[in-house]
Amino acid sequence: MSMKVSSRQVDGITIVDCSGRITLGEGSVTIRDFVRELLSKGHKKILLNLGDVSYIDSSGIGELVSAFTTVRNQGGELKLLNLTKKVHDLLQITKLYTVFDVKEDETAAIKSFS
Amino acid sequence: MGFRFCRFHKHFAMTEQRVSYTLDSTLETVDSAEQAATRIAAENGFDEDEVMQIAMAVREAAVNAVLHGNAYDPGKKVRLDFERTGRDLVITIRDQGAGLDPAKIPDPLAPENLLKTSGRGIFLIRSFMDEVQIHPSQTGTEIKLVKHVHGPAEGGKEASQ
Repeated sequence: MSMKVSSRQVDGITIVDCSGRITLGEGSVTIRDFVRELLSKGHKKILLNLGDVSYIDSSGIGELVSAFTTVRNQGGELKLLNLTKKVHDLLQITKLYTVFDVKEDETAAIKSFS
Repeated sequence: MGFRFCRFHKHFAMTEQRVSYTLDSTLETVDSAEQAATRIAAENGFDEDEVMQIAMAVREAAVNAVLHGNAYDPGKKVRLDFERTGRDLVITIRDQGAGLDPAKIPDPLAPENLLKTSGRGIFLIRSFMDEVQIHPSQTGTEIKLVKHVHGPAEGGKEASQ
């Protein structure tokens, strides 16, 4: 299954709803292009909703890190929302769970942006 | 006695299983390897989490073989073997690249490496498998992945020492 992303704006925050697999090739490129496009349009407060992401590999983890640092380097914020157990566990064992700002509730997540 | 016979029969059937693939150095190979691992791990009685771990380890090893080993060279192949030996599922992935030196792989958990966008593949493989052996040579790298089978007939998890 390939990856699908769409975005919506809530209170100045761009919520990116992702579904499918974030893996080497298509999934990783999709996220990368989408985040770059958002930044080019000035959307720098991004909430990546990973609730429907069924699978992520090391390349996908790398893309999340890349998106995180790219947004941060441009003065923005990128947070993660609704991690599945698989993605949660992967971020735990790679020690990235505390690097990312991970949220479980969309409303609270939106309010947490500065 | 019936139970013993069932165990023996099941075990005998599993030891028959040995599957080999020779695959091109393409992204499709990565997906094919993962799918084969998912199917074979499930057939060998691993639970859902273990199947996912084995499939991901094989996927990561296949990524290394295709990208870093063979560097997408159409003249080079990836060999993938699954073998059930006793109480283990043994998976071997070989490429025809320059040889991966495991000692040169930086620790992805080191603070200075946490925000790197790559370098987690071998770490994930080691996290998910019971044994991992990497044999680099001038004719390619062989990585051997072992997962112990903890089927219901084995009486749960084996004792740890």
